[in-house]
Amino acid sequence: MAHMPDLVFKELNAKGTAFRVLFVALAGLFLIGLGAAFYMEHSGHWVTGMTNQVVWGMPHVFAVFLIVAASGALNVASISSVFGKSVYKPAAPLSALLALALLAGGLAVLVLDLGRPDRLIVAMTHFNFKSIFAANIILYTGFFAIVLVYLWFMMDRKLKYKSSGPGTFAFIWRLVLTTGTGSIFGFLVAREAYSSAVMAPLFIAMSLAFGTAIFILVLLAVCVIDKRPLGDVLTERLRVLLAVFVATTAYLALVQHVTAAYWAGRVDVVSFILLNGGVYTFLFWGVQMGLGTIFPLALTLVPRLRSHATLAFASVLVVLGGLAQVYVIIIGGQAWPLTLFPGYEVESSFFDGVVQSYSPSFPEILLGIGGFALALLIVAFGMAILRFLPTSLADADIDPHAKKRLLETEEAGEPA
Amino acid sequence: MSDCMSSRRDLLKAAGAATLLAPGVFLLAAPTPSKARPEDTATDSSVRWGLLVDTNRCDQECTACVTACKEEMGLTGHGRPATDAQYIRKVEIAEPKTGFTRSLPVMCQHCSSPPCVDVCPTGASFKRADGIVLVDRHVCIGCRYCMMACPYKARSFVHETTTDQLPNNPRGKGCVEACTLCAHRVDAGIVPACVEACHSKGRGAMLFGDLLNPEHAITQVVAQHPTSQIRADLKTDPGVRYHGI
Repeated sequence: MAHMPDLVFKELNAKGTAFRVLFVALAGLFLIGLGAAFYMEHSGHWVTGMTNQVVWGMPHVFAVFLIVAASGALNVASISSVFGKSVYKPAAPLSALLALALLAGGLAVLVLDLGRPDRLIVAMTHFNFKSIFAANIILYTGFFAIVLVYLWFMMDRKLKYKSSGPGTFAFIWRLVLTTGTGSIFGFLVAREAYSSAVMAPLFIAMSLAFGTAIFILVLLAVCVIDKRPLGDVLTERLRVLLAVFVATTAYLALVQHVTAAYWAGRVDVVSFILLNGGVYTFLFWGVQMGLGTIFPLALTLVPRLRSHATLAFASVLVVLGGLAQVYVIIIGGQAWPLTLFPGYEVESSFFDGVVQSYSPSFPEILLGIGGFALALLIVAFGMAILRFLPTSLADADIDPHAKKRLLETEEAGEPA
Repeated sequence: MSDCMSSRRDLLKAAGAATLLAPGVFLLAAPTPSKARPEDTATDSSVRWGLLVDTNRCDQECTACVTACKEEMGLTGHGRPATDAQYIRKVEIAEPKTGFTRSLPVMCQHCSSPPCVDVCPTGASFKRADGIVLVDRHVCIGCRYCMMACPYKARSFVHETTTDQLPNNPRGKGCVEACTLCAHRVDAGIVPACVEACHSKGRGAMLFGDLLNPEHAITQVVAQHPTSQIRADLKTDPGVRYHGI
């Protein structure tokens, strides 16, 4: 049996120029996001694009994306602890840190968009257990606690050999968590675009794809910024994983619409999203399916395109496609009017019966970007003070088989 | 308790007696003031307050109920229809195949299984024992999940600072609100403002009362004539019933 090579975990070099520039830029974006949130809260939500018709807007797109990506970012740790794939082990602590950071970023956006963010303590102390939203508050809080314990196990010299227990628990918890996030929409019986059991598995697939894409980007960025060697063994596996997850997400997205279209009462809303919904149709086919699915699949699956650069590009596209997908789900679903009187044409001063318009406002977008910045800021800060990643992720350092192959090659080469 | 019940009976008597003039056309007698529910008594589940709207009588041009609601609840708009609150609205419906049209008011339907109450994470959305669905403005965090869940588009979010609020309807920026079925009036033994206005300024198309009490006009009408609930297929069991659609 091959032994894991000894790896040296080290903090990021926080004194490097690249790190400092990045840190200041992220902090700036986060502060701008905070300022945008303050402006929206101070003025009231009328200054946003959100209305009594489209009640959840751009902040929710970013928040749901980040929260969903958070549980997916834990993939790498899960694969190493739950499925025993040792190649992933060196990157597992970073994966858990990223999961925590993305969740914190997403929740920050969600909370800062509340009508009364000052009542966060009310949300933490008053629970309606029939509400899937309340269940999610518990799931999110639990995720923080469980992943922190899991991280402790992975990073403690004595406990790291026992991390599969907490890892398995975290893995199961994250599946339930994403089921919960999908069910926020799946349980809305009156909204024709949402009410579907497919929402839960769709959100799980989305989390796997988005989380893996962001993890790849963070890993590649850290290795470039901190000049840490990164081989192909890990990135090749992540490349295949990304392709599988992106394809699964696209498949379930299609299942979502095909199953809805089978139901006579929902043909119109499916047509709206897929055929004649203007911006939503463009985002679905052009960005979600084209840029965010087909293009990255080609980049990851065509052998001669394989490189760290194309993997990074594919990951960026998956993130963009993911944001478009969440936008289509959240905003597109609300743009379609509620059916109060089936079979009737309706009209009122409260916009009954018409497709609702929504234009995201600048502060909403800045708040969302601020959430991204907060997540990355947490990652940067965490990596600067604690040892989350080895100094080298070169193939020979993380893969015993690669090391063995290297040694054999060297031995074979010596006589010559 | 008996005092409480007698006041409710008075209230229901005041809510109006219905007389059938012709098939599908009711004359709903004008409401009069009644006794109040004593302040030291809790609401009680032997009562289910409800509304009946006779769409055959509701005039398309009439918005008396809407105007009365705005005055009663202090809903001063900001000239921004997309974000201004509306507790009650007139909806015009038309069946394209037959040309059948009706005009009717839609407000919080005060469901017995309200989706807004189910989804509210903090319990701010709640249903009183007597069936009135309300928002506790002290516990609402402004997440708007109830607005996503309501099948009737009955709720509004307070998008901006409110001024000149009325004591009976404290409003706060950042909270969700909706029709309270004029709980403050009902508790004082007075019918909701929309019903009162419908009789005084409109064609008397609305009837208010206790859906559980066989002595009450609304109960007798719904027992004898076909009425419907909006989106009855969702089984939220609204307390607002419509006749003529």
